[in-house]
Amino acid sequence: MFDFLTEYDVLGAFWVTVQLTVYSAIGSLIWGTILAGMRVSPVPIMRAFGTAYVNIVRNIPLTLVIIAMSLGLYQTLNIALGGGTITTTNFRLAVLGFVLYTSTFVCESLRSGINTVPVGQAEAARALGLNFGQVLRMIVLPQAFRSVIGPLTSVLIALTKNTTVASTIGVAEASLLMSEMTENESDVIGLVFMVFAMGFVILTLPAGLLLGRLAKKAAVKR
Amino acid sequence: MSAPSVLYDVPGPKAKARNAVYTVLFLAALAGVAWWIIATLAEKDQLTWEKWGPFFTDGQVWTTFIFPGLLNTLLAAGLAIVIALPLGSLFGILRLSDHVWVRVPAGTVVEFFRAVPVLILMVFADQFYSEYTDIDSDYRPLVAVVTALVLYNGAVLAEVVRAGIQSLPAGQTEAAKAIGMRKTQTMTNVLLPQAVTSMLPAIVSQLVVILKDTALGGAALGFADLFNQIRPIANNYFANTIATMTIVALIYIVLNNVLTFGAGWLEKWSRQRKTSTGAVVKPVDDNGRNV
Repeated sequence: MFDFLTEYDVLGAFWVTVQLTVYSAIGSLIWGTILAGMRVSPVPIMRAFGTAYVNIVRNIPLTLVIIAMSLGLYQTLNIALGGGTITTTNFRLAVLGFVLYTSTFVCESLRSGINTVPVGQAEAARALGLNFGQVLRMIVLPQAFRSVIGPLTSVLIALTKNTTVASTIGVAEASLLMSEMTENESDVIGLVFMVFAMGFVILTLPAGLLLGRLAKKAAVKR
Repeated sequence: MSAPSVLYDVPGPKAKARNAVYTVLFLAALAGVAWWIIATLAEKDQLTWEKWGPFFTDGQVWTTFIFPGLLNTLLAAGLAIVIALPLGSLFGILRLSDHVWVRVPAGTVVEFFRAVPVLILMVFADQFYSEYTDIDSDYRPLVAVVTALVLYNGAVLAEVVRAGIQSLPAGQTEAAKAIGMRKTQTMTNVLLPQAVTSMLPAIVSQLVVILKDTALGGAALGFADLFNQIRPIANNYFANTIATMTIVALIYIVLNNVLTFGAGWLEKWSRQRKTSTGAVVKPVDDNGRNV
């Protein structure tokens, strides 16, 4: 019943999905943390920039962000991000798009995490003479990160599912292979769909369960 | 005067001076990036009037491309929420059933459709309709897009409904029992009406997600939505890809910000009204999805 699978590299396609997810997750975590820092900083212009960036980028469809990377950045402005072949270029463009988009959700999760830290923590730190950077780095962020593991897990799971959008610019990940297979194996499209759906369930479910448990363990008891 | 944030005090003279330095440095960095963008755009001839002008002077670009596309986007999003709401409510209530054989299958269905990416749902729905039904190929993308959005968002809304009902105090159910109401009556006459008010903000926020996801149909199935107008416009107006994408993105941004603002207003309103005994259900943000 599943012999149609041998002709396709399903595992290879899911490996690309995993790679897209990992690189984008790392990038979004970095850029998202910087954005969150801007949104809570004492400098009004940085706060304004952070707020504007989040409210603009978050409200653009991800599809448009990803297409803008390929059609706008690469094909119109010829920015190839140092990718040699078209495959690596598209992969890097997709990762850049995911980072730009996902970082807004990382930023919002972190900001809500910062808000859960009691005022007394920051006040005590300031009373000890720590400055803004030190308060953020040594007192507030460590506590905030512990309480945002749950929300960040949701962001990671969403990102895993969102990587399918990379197929619209030709990155050979799981959903691109699935479209190809549903066209070639039209007699078993139900099976093809179930294989790919289960692939995503397998990718997201353990991550959700594991990190969910970690979130409970790490949460600061107050 | 209280500090604007937990992180720092009201700035004193020294902090004010330091903030001013940071402001200048940050503005310089921003200006640098902006200059680089403008220079790159100009170098590739993307800032000419013939590329941006049509959006301000030529009504045709709006009437032939943007408005019909926007209409399709709104139609798909509207149909999706209208169908997903009752379906989601049904599954949310089924998940709260006292019977294991109802609760577990309903939960499995909900969790399955939350875990599957909308894009592969769309691709599958499109292929499925083309194989097994004789839906006119003009309408097939719309039907496939709406199907996928209903399945995914129905599952998300089921969780919203469940959270909304669970946020009501146990006393509501107990009081209903005490006056002799059946389980169905309790649900329809006591719990659901109260839960709906507390869910409204979350439902409106979900609309933002639906609206953004319609663009997937434009990219993957050739659904003639707002997103899918980018190529035809660029083909007709001197390859003004950047200009077109900017305008299309702006339309999405304005629409979604209006919806987000509406959700915030509804949240405030239902908090003040106090006709419901439940807490206001937090919007499930994008993607399955958090906040």
